[in-house]
Amino acid sequence: MEIILSIVIVFMILGAIYALYAKDLLSALIACGIVGYGLVICFLLLRAPDLAIVQIVVETITLVIMVAVVLNSTREELKEKAVVKVDGVSYVHQRYIVNVILVVVFALFLLYFFKESIYTLNHFGEHVTRMSTAYIESAAEQTGSANLVTGVLFDFRGYDTLGEATILFTAVIGILTILRAKAKK
Amino acid sequence: MNGMTPIVKKVTQLIVGLIFLYGIYIITHGHLTPGGGFAGGAVVAGSFILLVLAYGSDILKLKKREEGSSVVESLGIFLFIVLAFAAIFIGTKVFFANYLPKGVIGELISAGVIPLYNIAVGIEVAAALFTIFLALVIYKEEVLK
Repeated sequence: MEIILSIVIVFMILGAIYALYAKDLLSALIACGIVGYGLVICFLLLRAPDLAIVQIVVETITLVIMVAVVLNSTREELKEKAVVKVDGVSYVHQRYIVNVILVVVFALFLLYFFKESIYTLNHFGEHVTRMSTAYIESAAEQTGSANLVTGVLFDFRGYDTLGEATILFTAVIGILTILRAKAKK
Repeated sequence: MNGMTPIVKKVTQLIVGLIFLYGIYIITHGHLTPGGGFAGGAVVAGSFILLVLAYGSDILKLKKREEGSSVVESLGIFLFIVLAFAAIFIGTKVFFANYLPKGVIGELISAGVIPLYNIAVGIEVAAALFTIFLALVIYKEEVLK
């Protein structure tokens, strides 16, 4: 399963990189869609159907809205002028070398600690926290909900859900305030 | 906003009820099967968005619908908070406590107050997404033309 997951994630990364460099806004959007729907496949592979349902619906709605926006706009990015010129060639050369050396040093540094830390981790899919085992064992009896995710969302973490709903409410208020064309008398 | 071709209209007419019912199913069975208020609300909002996209509507009707949906959204989150606050006065007197009888695990009417939370959040999410969509459409029609 990890191999399939890695392939999907590589596709998502390629889509994200293409979205940055695409000339056409519409194709950049479709490349963004690759990221979203790849995430749906990831959630399904990791056995999280709740998240997959939310992700696929929200991704579709946002994609439709963004396509509608892009079709009404200029569709192509405006061409910008090239990067600012620097005086001497040797100067550019020096900075180039220093930058590359810095990047390599930092990459090796991070790789070393990544390698050190990855050996102490549990295997893929075996969680570490004791809290989640307590949830999995007792959520069904304590909340009476057969779907553990809903039980946790609306019982153990009710404040969290209240915050999420409030965020959505605030977002709608903000959008209505910004997009109101004329002030009401 | 103009409607689309007759093919799109006919397919929408056939399919939009099913999408709406599926959203309602996800919301009401949130404590039994995967899904819940957020997912089902998004599906319901999608069915409304599909209707507006396929059939189009003149701007006066859209404005009325936007007012209605924003009121419904506020009512949804108000219902959620009222349900949560009711726990302070009933039973164990703790905010967000489950004060209704839990019933048998796996039946439709079980899990106490959780299905009611699901329904409130579903109403809120559906109305919120539809309101955002309508606000964008109205802005485009009024300002950009």
